[in-house]
Amino acid sequence: MSDVALIKSLLLTIPLAFLVFRALPAGLALAARLPLALALGWTVALGVTLLVPTGVMSYLASFAIVGSIYAVIALGLNVQWGYTGLFNIGIAAFFAVGAFTSALFTTTAPTGVAAGFTQQAFGLGAPFLVGVLAAGVVAGVLAAVVGGPTLRLRDDYLAIATIGIAELVRLVFQNERWLANGPQPLRGIPQPLVCLVREAGCPWLPAPIMGLFAPLSPRDYTYVYLVITALFVIVTFMVLERAVRSPWGRLLRAVREEEDAAAMNGKDVARIKLQAFVVGAVIMGMGGALYAHYMVAIDYSHFDPLYATFLIWVMLMLGGSGNNRGAILGAFVIWGVWTGAAFAVDALRPALAAISPELPARGPYLRLLLIALLLIFILLFRPKGLIGEERFVSRHSGSREA
Amino acid sequence: MDAMTPPLTTRRRPGERLKGLLGSRWALLTVLALVVAGLWLMASLQGIPGQRVLSLMVRGVMLGGILALGAIGLSLIFGVLRIPNFAHGDMMTSGAYLALLALSFIPLGAPLGPFSFGYEFLVALVIAMPLVGLLGYALDRLVFRRLRNQKSPPVIMAMAALGSAFLIRSLIYVFWGADFVFYYTGRPRPAFELFAGIRVRPDQLFILGLALAMIILVYLLLERTKMGKAMRATADNPELARVTGIDTESVIRWTWLIGGGLAGAGGVMYGLDAQLRPEMGWWLLLPLFAAVILGTIGNAYGALVGALVIGIVWQVSTAFLNPAYGPGVAFMVLILVLLFRPQGIFGKPGGA
Repeated sequence: MSDVALIKSLLLTIPLAFLVFRALPAGLALAARLPLALALGWTVALGVTLLVPTGVMSYLASFAIVGSIYAVIALGLNVQWGYTGLFNIGIAAFFAVGAFTSALFTTTAPTGVAAGFTQQAFGLGAPFLVGVLAAGVVAGVLAAVVGGPTLRLRDDYLAIATIGIAELVRLVFQNERWLANGPQPLRGIPQPLVCLVREAGCPWLPAPIMGLFAPLSPRDYTYVYLVITALFVIVTFMVLERAVRSPWGRLLRAVREEEDAAAMNGKDVARIKLQAFVVGAVIMGMGGALYAHYMVAIDYSHFDPLYATFLIWVMLMLGGSGNNRGAILGAFVIWGVWTGAAFAVDALRPALAAISPELPARGPYLRLLLIALLLIFILLFRPKGLIGEERFVSRHSGSREA
Repeated sequence: MDAMTPPLTTRRRPGERLKGLLGSRWALLTVLALVVAGLWLMASLQGIPGQRVLSLMVRGVMLGGILALGAIGLSLIFGVLRIPNFAHGDMMTSGAYLALLALSFIPLGAPLGPFSFGYEFLVALVIAMPLVGLLGYALDRLVFRRLRNQKSPPVIMAMAALGSAFLIRSLIYVFWGADFVFYYTGRPRPAFELFAGIRVRPDQLFILGLALAMIILVYLLLERTKMGKAMRATADNPELARVTGIDTESVIRWTWLIGGGLAGAGGVMYGLDAQLRPEMGWWLLLPLFAAVILGTIGNAYGALVGALVIGIVWQVSTAFLNPAYGPGVAFMVLILVLLFRPQGIFGKPGGA
């Protein structure tokens, strides 16, 4: 077994062990559950790394990265829609603001000749995590600004206002050159921990640990970033699972189900809605930051309402709104359908060409057709999605509501 | 929103009084007039000649006419079905493209007078309008009626409307591609001087005239026919209408047909004024909703007033703002309305 396969399998163990841990019966003692999860996770990781060809493997890894980023954003939407019933169709706004904020915080502003090609308002050269936090904060502030005046009004006004903010954000990043290089892409967004796969290594890491990563070459960076995004999904998931089982989580569902009853019980409904809206937006903004650092170069066109809003809605509705596991599942399934449909359309090229010579080039839009139909079918025939909402009262009461 | 207290029975705190004052219909109209005046002032401060601003206002009225065709249907559907029809913009797009499709079957005629189009364009318009009406009706039959029968919450219907929007747009992408197209490529479209240095294109006057004619038709329909009255009653208060014995399903059918037809006409005219793009209707969605909310949901005449205001503000703002921000300006107006008078110009207090 080569060193590369070993280190790759160790990296993959982190997300896989978490999945196994969740799948193992909860009755098992932690002392047994954790080592078992690690062992099983590593076995699977090793098997996959050894058996699957390298090319396919790195494709799967990048697939999982984008899937995880979508999962983070779907989790954010789940706070807003799944638990609180807020209809946000401007996800793209928070996604884009998060991505550009983190990019501006972590890049360094170009000087000299380069400044003529790339303009940006500022570049702080801050570390990755600072960028991600800043992305969350700015997206949260934007949500407070939008939600403040609209959340006290009818439900549909929020939806309309969020369309508006998404369009406005897109227009700003498309037209304002000084802010984030206008219609041109903002390039050179740093990749976190990229030094692990570089020849020079990370100076701050002790030599023995660094030696472990030595077999990796720069093109294996996908595995490192996969671990980062997977950890992000895991942490967000665990925090949200805690939150929705807390009194606050019950409050959110109370507002969703019976707004008037919640208000009559002395709860400040508008305030709770605003909290949920901001929390969801913070998560979306962080998801945007993850996206920016993965893409390295971003521009306004990445945040088209189709990719950055609609697809995420279908993910949550398919997986099951009001269920964090559903949000993650939906994100991966829909991302799989979306990328898989690309292969299918490619395979259909000759058939499409026979119908009309222009059709093969428009193949990608057939995917949009498929996804739009899928959403309508979900709404008509299975509104609760694949998993549906978990009924529970509190994490302290063991029994679940029927 | 808490209901406003009657002014005579209780004494109101100064803050509430100010809010009540700001929330009155006339205050909102004054604010809007001030917005237009402010835009004018900003334009003149930047040395933009008054003539140009005046031309932009005329263009704004024309754009308002196009928007009104979409907004009237959107407002009626919103009022009658309680659905914010996010597919309305894409229904407008489909009208524009269906007219393009119809044009390809009709022999090309000579341009009519000063206009850039011939008789075939009018035929295409007449074909496209009912088709979009039928598209709206089909959406209702296939999607919204099922959801109504399942007693789905309104927000699920809103999401279905969003899904329909992307469904329509994906079909347009598949059939016509993503590039923009013109109804008539290579035909000169010169502007001429109307009066006082205001320059317009003949096509734009045609659009304005046609929009006005259709709005008058809608007025007659809503005021003089039984169905029109039933429609207004249902839009105003669906429960009350049902209790009074109005056949709501038939009202809903006609609302989709008429709203769709008007949206189709609006799309054709928007396409004639600029060009056809699959996203054109989606970009109009925000101004349309701004017009509908400004003019009070469910009120067809309010939608007309709202559309004119939005059209003018949008056009005049291009004198000193990047024209790309047009929908953003509409959004700002929307936020102002939501802050001060969410029930719109013609709404009852506390009705939002």
